[in-house]
Amino acid sequence: MKRSLVIGATFVAGLSSAAAAATIDDIKARGKLNCGVTTGLVGFAAPDANGEWDGFDVGVCRAVAAAVLGDETAVEFVPTTGKTRFTSLASGEIDMLARNTTWTFSRDVDLKFEFVGINYYDGQGFMVPKELGVSSAKELDGATICIQTGTTTELNLADFFRNNNISYEPVPIETNAEAQPLYLEGACDVYTTDASGLAATRAAFENPGDHVVLPEIISKEPLGPLVRHGDNEWADVVRWTLNALIAAEEYGVTSANIEELSGGSDNPEINRLLGSEGNLGEQLGLDADWAKRAIMVGGNYGELFEKNIGENTPIGLSRGLNAQWTDGGLLYAPPFR
Amino acid sequence: MSDTHAQSVAYVRDTMLPEAEPPASETGVVKWVRANLFPDWINSILTIVAIYFLYKIVSGAWPWFMNGIWSTDSLAECREILQGTTGACFSVLTERWNQLLFGFQYPNEQYWRPTLAFILLFVAAAPLLFAMYVPRKVLYFTALYPFLAFWLIWGGTIMVPIVALVGIVAGYIVFKKLEGNSFAAGLFGGIAAAAITWFIGGFIADAMSNFLALPAVPSRDMGGFMLNFILGVVCVSLSLPIGIVLALGRQSHMPIIKWICVIFIEFIRGVPLITLLFVANVVLAYFLPPGTNFDLILRVIIMITMFSSAYIAEVIRGGLAALPRGQYEAADSLGLDYAQSMRLIIMPQALKISIPGIVNVAVGLFKDTVLVSVISMFDLVGMIRGPILASTEWNGVYWELWGFAVVMFFPVCYGISQYSQWLERQLNTEHR
Amino acid sequence: MSTITDPPSESFQLSQLINDTRYRSYTFQFIAMILLIAAFAYLGSNLVSNLRAAGLNISFDFLGEPAGYDINQRLIEYDSQSTHWRASVVGALNTLLVAFLGCLMATIIGVIVGVLRLSKNWLIRKVMSIYVEIFRNVPVLVWILIIMAIFVAVLPQPRDFRGEDAEASMLLGSFAFTGRGFYFPKPLFGPGSAVVIAVFLASIAGIFVFRNYARKALFERGQMIPTLWPSVGLFFIPAILAYFVMGQPISLEYPELRGFNFQGGVYARNSLIALTFALAIYTAAFIAENVRAGILAVSKGQTEAAASLGLRPNRIMNLVILPQALRVIIPPLISQYLNLTKNSSLAIAVGYMDLTGTLGGITLNQTGRAIECVLLLMLFYLTFSLCISAIMNVYNNSVRLKER
Repeated sequence: MKRSLVIGATFVAGLSSAAAAATIDDIKARGKLNCGVTTGLVGFAAPDANGEWDGFDVGVCRAVAAAVLGDETAVEFVPTTGKTRFTSLASGEIDMLARNTTWTFSRDVDLKFEFVGINYYDGQGFMVPKELGVSSAKELDGATICIQTGTTTELNLADFFRNNNISYEPVPIETNAEAQPLYLEGACDVYTTDASGLAATRAAFENPGDHVVLPEIISKEPLGPLVRHGDNEWADVVRWTLNALIAAEEYGVTSANIEELSGGSDNPEINRLLGSEGNLGEQLGLDADWAKRAIMVGGNYGELFEKNIGENTPIGLSRGLNAQWTDGGLLYAPPFR
Repeated sequence: MSDTHAQSVAYVRDTMLPEAEPPASETGVVKWVRANLFPDWINSILTIVAIYFLYKIVSGAWPWFMNGIWSTDSLAECREILQGTTGACFSVLTERWNQLLFGFQYPNEQYWRPTLAFILLFVAAAPLLFAMYVPRKVLYFTALYPFLAFWLIWGGTIMVPIVALVGIVAGYIVFKKLEGNSFAAGLFGGIAAAAITWFIGGFIADAMSNFLALPAVPSRDMGGFMLNFILGVVCVSLSLPIGIVLALGRQSHMPIIKWICVIFIEFIRGVPLITLLFVANVVLAYFLPPGTNFDLILRVIIMITMFSSAYIAEVIRGGLAALPRGQYEAADSLGLDYAQSMRLIIMPQALKISIPGIVNVAVGLFKDTVLVSVISMFDLVGMIRGPILASTEWNGVYWELWGFAVVMFFPVCYGISQYSQWLERQLNTEHR
Repeated sequence: MSTITDPPSESFQLSQLINDTRYRSYTFQFIAMILLIAAFAYLGSNLVSNLRAAGLNISFDFLGEPAGYDINQRLIEYDSQSTHWRASVVGALNTLLVAFLGCLMATIIGVIVGVLRLSKNWLIRKVMSIYVEIFRNVPVLVWILIIMAIFVAVLPQPRDFRGEDAEASMLLGSFAFTGRGFYFPKPLFGPGSAVVIAVFLASIAGIFVFRNYARKALFERGQMIPTLWPSVGLFFIPAILAYFVMGQPISLEYPELRGFNFQGGVYARNSLIALTFALAIYTAAFIAENVRAGILAVSKGQTEAAASLGLRPNRIMNLVILPQALRVIIPPLISQYLNLTKNSSLAIAVGYMDLTGTLGGITLNQTGRAIECVLLLMLFYLTFSLCISAIMNVYNNSVRLKER
């Protein structure tokens, strides 16, 4: 703390004032990637009992750190709330935000951010107790609905009920942990948030079987990492690291066989991706092994998914829209050439 | 006299009767109960109602507490063991004990450092709190304590706190040398000397960054009850001098200085702390030079210090106003200048009057440190609301955790306020 | 010699700015002013350059755009198509509502507890001081969260009212106390109800006139006119008469369980009740101490003097003790009210949509206009506090002991 004071004092004295350098140079100079995450959403980003951050979004941060700095642990995870995330990013406190943030027009254009891709296709859903006998969201006229605020959830909900001309009683709650007792004790009839969050919440209940997730998905929630407008080199690095994870799954590159494949393979696309052919890494301002390191951290997209939120985890999400395009999903990494 | 009467008036008793025992209803427990619990019918009703509610609370909480389970790894296991009977799942406290106290990022093997700093805090605070019982020499340790605690908690080379200390000492020496000329010259000279020492020392500290170095812990990794404590102690100690300056400024005869202080104090006191924390978290970054990045905890310390110094300034202003005018006039007539009269005559008395108020502000401030949980810092409440309740193992444990928060805060705050009452009695030199 | 006895020359020298106490204060003020301006200029220029670098600007235009979200408790008309400005006003009104109710409740609880702490009853005294100490020494945020949790967990939910052998039932068929909040019957005003209300207001005015008359009679002629029963009569009888004369124009709408929730009647939400209650009992612990201190501050001689004048105990309290105690109690009481209002900004922890929840919460989230939102937020609280402080100063001046 005092050291920062000293540093602050030297700033005031005008001794040194770093010109706004490119983000990637800052990160390399600092030796750490500052990555904004949630304050705790199991499966996506949450500290475990040992205080290690873990989760799907965390995996993306670590992959980027591995690609840029060659060290997956060189990440400073900065917990942000719905309120603080955009300021943290805009003010440069964090280099990238991987906090299941929905890609919307106004965030991209008005708030001057750059969404580099989509790592999870989500949508807002509803969960109700089975005993209510509700089978469709359109039957929810007059219901009390717990909403997790700080996302696009409130707006979607307002639109949905207005379009269907039915009434509801919104109960805005800040965190998932606080919404849960309200819902379980019956102070809310319905709990709504992103479908992934619903699944995670339901999995933690004493009797998950007593609750159903309604079939309606009332919104599109493409969640993805974002960076500041204006630094395209850095945006490219994050974008293509994410794409590398997705492409790796498509080409069958896994953390198990990557060593073998990186020596060279029959597929030129894999060779370009892993740097044994072409100079893609150099074009990004990184070395040739960047994608290999990124993939080796937690495996390809599919491995990350299975490990953190897949069907064998307590969260138990199926791939659904998040399957590769070859399997009928929406994941479609642009070609590496 | 009684003898003469004894002869003439035969039926006058000449000896005292032995003292009879008071009736059973007027002694011991019975009397106490009657006098204190059932003196009249309205009090009797109140007593019965109170007993009923106490019984309800105790009979409700007792089995829950006694059936408590202390050694499982998750809530699900607790539920399994309890099989539907009432019982607490205190295992969350045992399993997450370190996280609740130190946050989840402070390195495990370094826990001894904040613990040691905490214990030393009592040693350092003792000569201030119990001035009449502790040898004054301990005050030297108190002066060193902030630097020692900084080194212990944040780690890094010991050179940083040493340089900071040397700077302050240098500043003080220069101040003392120049004070003879004028107070202002001393002040500015001292500040300049300190700044120069820090500037040069900065290079030395950088060069010797491995000298007696503890593993550095960035302030982002502070958490749990430790964070509440750090914020509370640091902000109260910083805000005391600032509060004194503000209070003097507000009493000043210089209109511009006075109005700056008035506006500052009234502004800070008019807004909730939470909005100031929003400022620290989401707005302050825009007002700093591009590229600066001071960490959240420092921004929060600045904001909370501003907040509490405004309140302390008001308390001290009350103390200043309560001093009789004669004290000011006596100081003037002795030929003391402003700084001397304030330091030697006015402030000691004003501070003494203000002690209860200052302690109230300090307790309030310590309680208010939990608000940092709203801006994504993991203090005790933040740990509970964030990582612990969000984890799959402990999702759904509420009463145990909130009860724990109460148990942590209550003794500290209660202790401080009891101390202030004791001190008030000690300092009471008024003639009554 | 004459040169020595001459008064010092009036010519101004630069060193006087430092050494002459007459001018030194100007120097200090000048320096302070310069420093202040420099600091503001520095911060301002940083702001401008930061905003330019991020491609942002400061603009309050977003207040005119549709908010897009719903607010559950609205004292004025509002829907998701209303503007952000209107959402902020709804939030501000909610803040004022919870502050008003909280202050009212805190005062009532605080006065009762403060008096009971001086009671003869040992048990009551102990229970009250335990209450005061526990609530004063634990953060209010923790209490808000705990009380909301108790509220939701202990009270029955609407689903418990359902079915043939429901676990819970409505009180008198018209009041429902649920974990979602309390439902009360709502008066419906039919045609002619204006007359009833007018009569009712007139009778309240009548009570005051009557009491004034009784007091005058007491002071001027020493005539005691009983006031209690005539006042009670005056309060009820004309209004009830008018009610029946006008053909029962006011009816009650009872809440009833339809669909997911109780419908109809007045609905006080759980967040409002829990927040009000939490803030009230937290603040009441402080108020109780103020009240106790105020009563103790009135010297015992006052009671004895009043008793020796032959006043009865309740008159001693009303005419001698309370007026003096109030002078001590009121100033800290007002500052407790201000604290309560400021603490109400924690409302979002229980999902109560106050100003911090709308303007400083969802609006800030959705628009990303952090500087503007926080600025408006502070401005609101500041204005409110300053207004209350101004009123308090006027009051303090009016009750101040006129000492000479």
